[in-house]
Amino acid sequence: MGIVAGITSVLARHNVNIVDISQTVVRDIFSMIMVVDLSKADVDIGQLRRELEEEGKRLGVMVGIYHIDVFKYMQRI
Amino acid sequence: MRFDPREIGEVLEMLLFRELDIRAVTLSVNTLPAARPRVGELLQALEELLEPYLARLKPAVERVASRLGVRVVTVRLAVSPVSMLLEPIGDWRAAVEVAQHLDKLAEKYGVDMVGGFSAFIHMGASRGDKALMEALPEALNSTARVAGFLNVASTATGVNLDGVRKTAELVLAMKPHAAARFAATANLPEDVPFMPGAYHGLGLPDAVVNIAVSGPGVIEAVVRNMPDADVRTLHDAIKRAAFKITRLGELVGKEVAKELGLPFGTVDLSVAPSPKVGDSVAAVLEAIGLPRVGAPGSVFALALFTDAVKKGGAMAASTIGGLSGAFIPVSEDAVMAKAAAKGALTLDTLKAMAAVCNTGIDMVGIPGDASPEAVAALIADVMALAVHLDKPLGVRLVPIPGAKPGDVYDLGGLYGSVAVMNLPSSKIPLVSRGGTAPPGVERLKKG
Repeated sequence: MGIVAGITSVLARHNVNIVDISQTVVRDIFSMIMVVDLSKADVDIGQLRRELEEEGKRLGVMVGIYHIDVFKYMQRI
Repeated sequence: MRFDPREIGEVLEMLLFRELDIRAVTLSVNTLPAARPRVGELLQALEELLEPYLARLKPAVERVASRLGVRVVTVRLAVSPVSMLLEPIGDWRAAVEVAQHLDKLAEKYGVDMVGGFSAFIHMGASRGDKALMEALPEALNSTARVAGFLNVASTATGVNLDGVRKTAELVLAMKPHAAARFAATANLPEDVPFMPGAYHGLGLPDAVVNIAVSGPGVIEAVVRNMPDADVRTLHDAIKRAAFKITRLGELVGKEVAKELGLPFGTVDLSVAPSPKVGDSVAAVLEAIGLPRVGAPGSVFALALFTDAVKKGGAMAASTIGGLSGAFIPVSEDAVMAKAAAKGALTLDTLKAMAAVCNTGIDMVGIPGDASPEAVAALIADVMALAVHLDKPLGVRLVPIPGAKPGDVYDLGGLYGSVAVMNLPSSKIPLVSRGGTAPPGVERLKKG
């Protein structure tokens, strides 16, 4: 299974809605960025992080999950 | 709200690769209601007062860290100056018991450090202060998480040379691990989240959450990417990075305070280094353009850095508190430690750098048999700078038994490896004159 399929299947399993997908390069590493909505999800962000990190290990990629407030605070005045 | 992928990428790089994290969430609690005339009752009252806070503190920090995805390195408690709790008892043995009890409580609730085993003696020592001072070596030698300071100077009252001399003797009676948790200070503000300067000061509510940020690695990366920029352009770039770092502190502070149902106090915008590679303030200074920290140009580079961090941080947080400047603790900053071990840093260089930061002489090793006079004179120098420049500064020296200048002693963890510096042991009669040096004109300007 591909990286996108692997990650999105975890999100789908928990009813996490994908709002936006983009890509960028972070310190020479190709990175996929997903903005997701957990308001209807059956897990909290901590549990989702654990499952996505697990899936990431299986796929051989690093997965980081951050609350959007971190970006709002750091990138918007 | 939409974000450009590069904006998200920038934050990810800081969090994942530049060691951006929250150095400490420090819960500051008024412990004066626990004062009792007998030590047994005092310990019980202290425990009853603190337990409801402590039981919730670490779980609350963990919930916020998990929700945001941000690392919080340490969870700390600051209490009212223990000297004040000791006023009714006035016995140093009670002070030792208080320290040991705080240590046990911290361990039980997963709190990394407790600050406030402290006294303010900048104009003289009271009954409680004296009890605390007598207890200091044993209290810190017999605990692992308790931290304290003696504030021996202030802009308002000058430098208490008798207090400085006594402090030097106390430091020399401490084991390395204990001395790393103690500082002689001047002008210490009431809301410091960093150890060993943290305590619950006057003018605060019963409990308040203060935040200490980290992230010099973020600024180092910014500076290294601008090898041809002039200093004003560089200053602007550092300011922008510092803004983002401090914003993260503000966010975590607000969230933890909300989680605990307590007021959010302040963010200390000093970007604290650690012994980890890529987490060094001295590396920023070298990136600005020094062959090695300590070389000519170090004061200029540090002043540029400190000023930019202050100006960037000032807009990022609703309340800036604590020390809010720049930290260059020698052992706790990998690049400072390396420079010290190579002999590129001297005590005189550190004194000069103290003029443009808020550190002083911090985490420097001295031979265990150093003369109390020389230690006192060194502390007095830094205290004079603090009083006449009107700012907080400290001296944290680690006596290493049997060591000579150039030796390195590993304290482990965030303390890092202490390099022993040369402290001339010639006679310094000044110190035995004693008394309190009057405040300077900075005091008169305020009147």
